[in-house]
Amino acid sequence: MLRVEAINSGYGNAQVLRDVSLDVAAGEILCLMGRNGAGKTTAMKTIMGLLPLMSGRITLDGQDVGRLPAHEVARAGIGYIPQGRRLFTELTVAQNLEIGLMTRKSGPHVRTRVLELFPRLSERLNQRAETLSGGEQQMLATARALCIEPKVLILDEPTEGLQPSMIEAIRDVVVRLRNEGVAILLVEQRVDAVLALADRVAFLENGILAETVTPERMRTDAALLKRYLGV
Amino acid sequence: MLAALEGAVTAAVLALTAIGLSLVFGVMRVVNVAHGEFYMLGAVIAWSVATSLGGHPAIGFAAALVIAPVVVGLLAAAADMTILKRINYDPERTIVATIGLLYIIQQVTLMTYGPEARPVEPPFNHRLALPWVEWGEQGLALYWPWGLSTTSYKLAVIGAAIVVLLGVWVMMTRTKIGLIMRATQLDRDMAQAFGIPVERVYAIVFGIGAGLAALGAVLIVPIQQAYYLMGADPLLLSFIVVIIGGLGSLPGTVLAALLIGMSDGIISVFFSPTLAKILATLLVALVLVFRPQGLFGTRAA
Repeated sequence: MLRVEAINSGYGNAQVLRDVSLDVAAGEILCLMGRNGAGKTTAMKTIMGLLPLMSGRITLDGQDVGRLPAHEVARAGIGYIPQGRRLFTELTVAQNLEIGLMTRKSGPHVRTRVLELFPRLSERLNQRAETLSGGEQQMLATARALCIEPKVLILDEPTEGLQPSMIEAIRDVVVRLRNEGVAILLVEQRVDAVLALADRVAFLENGILAETVTPERMRTDAALLKRYLGV
Repeated sequence: MLAALEGAVTAAVLALTAIGLSLVFGVMRVVNVAHGEFYMLGAVIAWSVATSLGGHPAIGFAAALVIAPVVVGLLAAAADMTILKRINYDPERTIVATIGLLYIIQQVTLMTYGPEARPVEPPFNHRLALPWVEWGEQGLALYWPWGLSTTSYKLAVIGAAIVVLLGVWVMMTRTKIGLIMRATQLDRDMAQAFGIPVERVYAIVFGIGAGLAALGAVLIVPIQQAYYLMGADPLLLSFIVVIIGGLGSLPGTVLAALLIGMSDGIISVFFSPTLAKILATLLVALVLVFRPQGLFGTRAA
């Protein structure tokens, strides 16, 4: 579904990613792991069109999205849940969702469905996003991305700093989406979460995609984690 | 009382001009030094529209009221797309670019419109005597002292400004385009990641900001005159207002415009206009020292 071919990108003249290729199929969870500064977030931002592509191709169902202006990438059907949530803090929960709904002109049934997934948000619709708890903010960030009915969902460390019950709630939604056929690209640091969720695991090292393995391989081969994560 | 009324007229026009500047800074983080020139352009276009259309002055004025802000808005949007977009909205470079824009607009106006100050006839202008209360022989009595009067046009300016400001407020809080602008203001990257064409939003905001300045100018030309250097004062006062009110805060801007406009009017009448400017500048200095984010601003994260 989402196919990234030999992309090079970075910030200004500082190149971060070198010939990174990966692909995620519908109904699959691909976890991206690597040390801090390995280029995980850079890869996400490049896919979203927020960083310029120096070379390479990014396609979604065969459609070239790598050369689209940033605001059209989301319209093609990629939902993005960035690191640190990045909500529109001064807007209310309802307004944050509305921005999501406007992206692809989703109908009211999408909103109803998203609120069914996160019932706690429907109690807080008129509250400003910045007044929500950390877990609720993460729910809102996820809900906002789901409002565009994504074919591909990109999550950048969604469970960072959350309490276990919230991690559980987010995970349930991710699994549910996978079962509905959404392609999921997940950046995650916690090994146990990756082992429980991932269909495949890709390791980034210094901007280069070093290896893609199955979770079984990761479970048995301790040297992998030592090499790419330092644990 | 007379001074307060004059002050209110100044405040009304100032609020329109400053809200445009504040909107542009709030959403785009661009300090638009050319803002005063868009104001001047509004006045000059108002004059040319009003004089080229014959008939009753009201027709020409009404036409100017529509045409001038639209033309100026489109010009500004074009300037945004051709200049500001090219330099990536870099904060320092946009200041230099808008200074350049300031001189270009000013000198082109000088070359075409000329150095004269020209008046526009107000659409209606009745003298209204104002009542005053005094303790007379039969208790409290109203009377109409000689010289205490204003014109219906000045009251209309105040009214029009209030209507437009309410309109801007409704646009920002109740409409889709307002929501999009606020989302862009809060997080540009995320706005893009949710399908908002940020560059187009910027062009629209820059256009609306300049259009508001032009609208303020059209309202003021029947009272003052259209002149190619008239942009400097409103620019300075707008900056003062925006700094006092808090950069990017719309309610703060309106309140500060009221404060500066009223005090400018009152102090100018009783003392001197220079003193009014001195006090306003002093107020800016005090605000910057004790509350750098402005009276209503929120601290940048």
